[in-house]
Amino acid sequence: MSDEDIVNNNLTALVVDDSPMIRKLHEMHLKKFGLKVQVAENGKNAVDLFRCGASFNLILMDKEMPIMDGAEATKELRIMGVTSMIVGVTSLDSIFERQAFMEAGLDHCFTKPLTSENIIFLLQELNNKNNEEN
Amino acid sequence: MDRNRLQHQVACMRRSLFDQGYLDEPFIQLEELQDDANPNFVQEIVTLFYTDSARLIQNIEHALNSRPIDFDKLDDYMHQFKGSSSSIGAKKVTNECTVFREYCSAENAEGCIRSFQQVKQEYAILRRKLEVYLQMVRQAAVSRTA
Repeated sequence: MSDEDIVNNNLTALVVDDSPMIRKLHEMHLKKFGLKVQVAENGKNAVDLFRCGASFNLILMDKEMPIMDGAEATKELRIMGVTSMIVGVTSLDSIFERQAFMEAGLDHCFTKPLTSENIIFLLQELNNKNNEEN
Repeated sequence: MDRNRLQHQVACMRRSLFDQGYLDEPFIQLEELQDDANPNFVQEIVTLFYTDSARLIQNIEHALNSRPIDFDKLDDYMHQFKGSSSSIGAKKVTNECTVFREYCSAENAEGCIRSFQQVKQEYAILRRKLEVYLQMVRQAAVSRTA
């Protein structure tokens, strides 16, 4: 995938995190790669967005959030039939906890903070996914 | 002050923040996100970090003063603080958060109280250094456009 392909995409993303700092940071990371980004403060807001008909190619999901955490929100979205790429972004140290988060329905799980390398990897995965579906 | 000298001072201070272990890689990624369209991005993120930190420090202090101490809640707050510190590359602060969490999981109240003092100290030092550094960066930027 060329650099031009990476930036010239029509991809949309949802950043779900209760920290305003992390939301702004990850939003900017994704925008730099040409994605159109929305943010949500917690899992419930993310689920509600989908219920209202919104859809996104990529969801960056924090684990620890009030009202509805990342694992619960991921499970809920999968039950609703959401096939977006859902990527956990967490500072969880325990392998057991990360595994439990993956089992909620994540496609990938990264440690905070997200890096440009992580995003390039995700864009390539999204590109592969689009090619398979077409 | 002479423009070149200012820029040289900025570069030296930046290098020492990394060499002395106050900052690491995520801060570089943060700087790389700043551009002409978002010229104050680093400052905006750092300001949000200060706001997050103030809230979490207050919550942790309150939790440490409660009897009995709720170690789960304490760990939760410190986990959040560690997450935001590591996200901007605040290396020493992040390391002290890790030490605190070890005392927390051992339910060692005295250890938590002691290590929290270290967390606050490292945070205060970093904040002072970042404020000076970002002030110098702004001055250098103004001198470039003058």
